[in-house]
Amino acid sequence: MGVKLLLDKAHVAGIRHFDVYRREGGYRSAEKALQSMTPEAIVEEVKKSGLRGRGGAGFPAGMKWSFIAKPEGVPRHLVCNADESEPGTFKDRYLMEFIPHLLLEGLLVSSFALGSNDTYIYIRGEYAWIVDILETAIEEAKANGFLGKNILGTGFDCNIYVHRGAGAYICGEETALIESLEGKRGNPRIKPPFPAIQGVWNRPTVVNNVETLAAVVPIINMGGDAYAQIGVGRSTGTKLISACGNINKPGVYEIEMNLSVEEFIYSDEYCGGIANGKRLKACIPGGSSVPILPANLMLTTAKGEKRLMNYESLSDGGFASGSMLGSGGFIVLDEDQSIVKNTYTLARFYRHESCGQCSPCREGTGWMEKILINILKGKGQASDIDLLWDIQRKIEGNTICPLGDAAAWPVAAAIRHFRDEFEWYVNHPQEAQTRNYGLAHYADPIHVPA
Amino acid sequence: MPAFSPDQLTEFQRLVSHYPEGKQKSALLPVLHLAQNSFGGWLSAETMDYVADLLQIQPIEVYEVATFYSMYNLKPVGRYMFEVCQTGPCMINGSDDILAYIGEQLNIRPGETTADGMFTLKTVECLGACGYAPMMQMGKTYREHLTKEKVDAIIAECRANAATNN
Ligand SMILES: Cc1cc2nc3c(=O)[nH]c(=O)nc-3n(C[C@H](O)[C@H](O)[C@H](O)COP(=O)(O)O)c2cc1C
Ligand code: SF4
Ligand code: FES
Repeated sequence: MGVKLLLDKAHVAGIRHFDVYRREGGYRSAEKALQSMTPEAIVEEVKKSGLRGRGGAGFPAGMKWSFIAKPEGVPRHLVCNADESEPGTFKDRYLMEFIPHLLLEGLLVSSFALGSNDTYIYIRGEYAWIVDILETAIEEAKANGFLGKNILGTGFDCNIYVHRGAGAYICGEETALIESLEGKRGNPRIKPPFPAIQGVWNRPTVVNNVETLAAVVPIINMGGDAYAQIGVGRSTGTKLISACGNINKPGVYEIEMNLSVEEFIYSDEYCGGIANGKRLKACIPGGSSVPILPANLMLTTAKGEKRLMNYESLSDGGFASGSMLGSGGFIVLDEDQSIVKNTYTLARFYRHESCGQCSPCREGTGWMEKILINILKGKGQASDIDLLWDIQRKIEGNTICPLGDAAAWPVAAAIRHFRDEFEWYVNHPQEAQTRNYGLAHYADPIHVPA
Repeated sequence: MPAFSPDQLTEFQRLVSHYPEGKQKSALLPVLHLAQNSFGGWLSAETMDYVADLLQIQPIEVYEVATFYSMYNLKPVGRYMFEVCQTGPCMINGSDDILAYIGEQLNIRPGETTADGMFTLKTVECLGACGYAPMMQMGKTYREHLTKEKVDAIIAECRANAATNN
């Protein structure tokens, strides 16, 4: 059993409520931070911990906090990103649903560190029942003096508000989220200015993921150095992984980042192996936007080393033979799954979610979807595969926000590693409608022009 | 013109109070949810104009938002809405079959409402329940690990619920 820092108490009966949470040691980090530390010292501790953003990009949290502008007389805001819409990802939901006070505690400490008196949780609109859970928890914290005015007699005021979105993946992107918080369409902003300088209502704003902010609690309790001892290298601490697909035990797991992918998939403590005794075909380890890998490259790197569940190891080999930890949405495909169909559903997702501001993303995602459905239905041509490759190349890097890249990468990786299956669909259109292709033949990676 | 009840107005005030003075437009998304829940599950032009008026913003600002986000319904919907997820992870776990089965049972296609106004079927993209697939959203709740038997039970439950609550 690895160390658990976030979910160790998630199963205690009644932990959703303040009294039980407090009895189990909750809000100690808030007392320590507010009563004995300066905001600067908290930022320092988070820097020392090596904590990296858990929303997908993995940017060091302490460094991000140190960028926040502090113009005289202008309020600053912390915004918690609970939009969680990346396919395969359902870890923030679990944390908020089962142990909401952990998030509130992390938000309180982080708000104190950043000087945010009004902090927002931007939550995806579909998580409607979690809004109630969070609002109840906020009321409890307020009634017990851990939110509201003059918290713990320190003179620090902090309110937390839940802002419910309304169905738009793009609002997870931090500048789109800010637009949405201002009551507008979720169109990402051009950066700079960065939110740390001009965010919501043109005020300095820090946006962090739910899990990132919850991790501040153990960091303050145990100290940044001790936190940094857990994990390996620059992948410090623990990570929540939401596992789904063809596995025996889908669910949310807190792991130490020195765990091997093989153990994660096959051991009974985690996914419990591939369902129905089938074989592993492919895996998308970090949410739908990260490259899909065939089984062999998932379990070991191209150099033949065991692949581990952390930032560095999962991206080892770059796009040629690696993937990314991303949001921790771990999707497993067995030998009966069609890579073409899976890629099609993801392409449809990105077309649906493109905000439409940039033509490469708006048009490109639509073309990719159309070409993929044609191939899937047995109406594709050999040239379509190269056309898909060409389109994704033209989207990547040419858009305002990274949704364009996120749409391009899954298609690129599917063609790179499973080209033989795409060709089979094109060359045997009728057969492809009647049976599965089966395990990959692991075609050599296609030549990628520089 | 639609109008909020006193309770709904209190909730409206609470939502607006979350944002700084003069930034009441920020409450638009939560207020549109309130309006949609209060006025029959969808947003008519009159409802949107009413919201614009309450928030002291232009109607176009409300239309822009209402058309952007997938949770706002711009046409009337059935009393019960089945929003079936069809993205990769749910597809892997058989969402196609569940969607087809619901369609057969209700005799409608995605995007349609039954003639009696009872059910609307809709496809949606990943709802953050991928580990509990196949799944659908029904109002404020998620229905997960769906099977044909569960679908039958849910439809029966809705019919019974409608019969008792008219
Ligand atoms: C299209 C898109 C969707 C995103 N969705 C989310 C999301 O749902 N949750 C999240 O925390 N971050 C999401 N992000 C990343 C955010 O922009 C941002 O980097 C993150 O909230 C920062 O928090 P962190 O540093 O704590 O990870 C998304 C980014 C993009 C480009
Ligand atoms: S890349 Fe796509 S989602 Fe991002 S701003 Fe451009 S059109 Fe919108
Ligand atoms: S894919 Fe259906 S809930 Fe995520």
